[in-house]
Amino acid sequence: MTVDAPAPPTRRAMVSPRGGTIARRGSVYLSRHPRVRLSLLLGAPLFWLGLVYIAALAALLITALWTVDSFTGQISQTWTLDNIVAVLTGSLYQAVTLRTVGVALLVTIIDIGIALPIAFYMAKVASPRAQRMLVIAILMPLWASYLVKAYAWRSVLSQGGIFEWLVSPFGGQSPGYGLPATIITLSYLWLPYVILPIYAGLERVPDSLLEASADLGGGTWSTLRLVVLPMIWPAIIAGSIFSFSLSLGDYITVNIVGGANQMLGNLVYTNVGAANNLPLAAAIALIPILIIFAYLAAVRRTGALNNL
Amino acid sequence: MNGAQPAIRLTGLTKSFGSVNAVDGVDLDIAPGEFFSMLGPSGSGKTTVLRLIAGFEQPSSGTISLLGQDVTNRAPFDRDVNTVFQDYALFPHMSVLDNVAYGLRVRGVAKRARQEQARAALDTVRLSGFADRKPSQLSGGQRQRVALARATVVQPKVLLLDEPLGALDLKLREQMQVELKELQRNLGITFIFVTHDQQEALTLSDRIAVFNEGRIEQLGTPSEIYERPASSFVAAFVGTSNIFDSSISQALLGRGGVHSVRPEKISVTTENLPLVADRTAAGVLAEVIYVGSSTQLIVDLDAGTRVVALEQNDAHRVATNERGARITIGWNDSDIVTLADSSLTSHP
Repeated sequence: MTVDAPAPPTRRAMVSPRGGTIARRGSVYLSRHPRVRLSLLLGAPLFWLGLVYIAALAALLITALWTVDSFTGQISQTWTLDNIVAVLTGSLYQAVTLRTVGVALLVTIIDIGIALPIAFYMAKVASPRAQRMLVIAILMPLWASYLVKAYAWRSVLSQGGIFEWLVSPFGGQSPGYGLPATIITLSYLWLPYVILPIYAGLERVPDSLLEASADLGGGTWSTLRLVVLPMIWPAIIAGSIFSFSLSLGDYITVNIVGGANQMLGNLVYTNVGAANNLPLAAAIALIPILIIFAYLAAVRRTGALNNL
Repeated sequence: MNGAQPAIRLTGLTKSFGSVNAVDGVDLDIAPGEFFSMLGPSGSGKTTVLRLIAGFEQPSSGTISLLGQDVTNRAPFDRDVNTVFQDYALFPHMSVLDNVAYGLRVRGVAKRARQEQARAALDTVRLSGFADRKPSQLSGGQRQRVALARATVVQPKVLLLDEPLGALDLKLREQMQVELKELQRNLGITFIFVTHDQQEALTLSDRIAVFNEGRIEQLGTPSEIYERPASSFVAAFVGTSNIFDSSISQALLGRGGVHSVRPEKISVTTENLPLVADRTAAGVLAEVIYVGSSTQLIVDLDAGTRVVALEQNDAHRVATNERGARITIGWNDSDIVTLADSSLTSHP
């Protein structure tokens, strides 16, 4: 029974494409040629990635295959596997590699252990206001200089420092400078990088899933083990990639609080600087790269990277 | 309730969020095996009552008993009630079978036994072929059925359903209504069904509680709620009603107070034809809306109010479709319902 009023014809005419400006014609061209659009979009970043990242890595690999003239100190571009063999077989390099991986693993485990309850509190318990405050509190240390934080820990862990003052009533004592101090300091430094992805992962777990688990009879532990952890596993892995790879490459913290201990970064640093042996430094630098590749490959098998 | 323990008994149940009472002193007995609906607009407190029964929220005061046992302070996993969530809340990382078996798994049922029971539960919702899929590979209606199987496989005393059909389209919803009713009859457990869809509540329920502002406005069978609404809120919320305030009632019915009459109880005829009815009134046809099996007539009465009448489009229909025509409407006194509240002005 209703009668359609004729649509005002002018509206249609106004939105129809006119030949128009160059910008407009450009837009029309781009919207009809998705490949051109894509290459314009990705060209610059891909060029940057190719030049700076891939080329630098390739240069590193090539340098590792050269050698240094021990008399002149000049790099001689004769191809040799000597550096690689030295790094793979030398007991010093093996010991330092194991130590570095051990430190990185411990730092990662400690950080995940601390990050899980904090992130859970932030995402699922705290009020929106407290949540915002906590995010700021966690980001805040990132605004301070890395060096300042490392030296702050040096002071905290020193003899007669805050740490000793805190634990001495309970019969404890400061670990002093060494690997434990390195692990503590690195755990502190990388903690925000582990909390934030886990927090983001927990935010994506709907509350109704936790309620559903409880509703079906799942206690706290069952819910954590069967629902929460499997769902935030990719986020945990993402956080662990940060803490693990950042620890693997670190050489400043261990210099400041590590006493006489060396990590792979220190060996690279010494060989680039004091020893003036760039090819050997390059060969050593390949170790953490290989370890990270192995780590990523292992992580990939868990399927965690599919959800990053 | 025939001497037996009620499946659910709520006494003085109150839940405040800040200064707002979302649930405001609800007393309610729900019988075992009953299909009970809580109907109300959003924010009326019906979902909060459901969450209180499930244990997701703690009441500010009052108690909740399940088959005579006080469960007010028990954790959700310690109550013999299960919930079908509005968003289904299926675990996305588990297969359909693992989802359904979850409640058995956390109860420590061995793998083989729990998978067998879960498959049987999937059979009852006709999803046997979907056991190995992930929830994301299912349609809305299928997810709904998985949620039902998951909640019923642990054999709860009471099943809570939080607007479970809200996300489905109309056809699927009507089909699921039938399935729900059958499932409830076969399982014989108490269903507490939260909905804002009055049609759904009327179709499915043994009894309905109509919620408004945290209180139960009326409690009764679907026909009681529909035929004899207790207040103008119920009359307006459940179905369509013509509500006459005191002065209009005086003019049309010859007595004060607020009254209502359903559109389908009003008969309509053109002015010069006789009408068999206890009372008649004359007016002008303002609008005619064709709705398929029936036609809705909106009439401006000479008494100064607007009423809606619903005429079946059958062979006997005599009223005109001409807007502006003078017509006569009539109704029987037995179809007039006196409403409890007197404060109300006339309904549009």
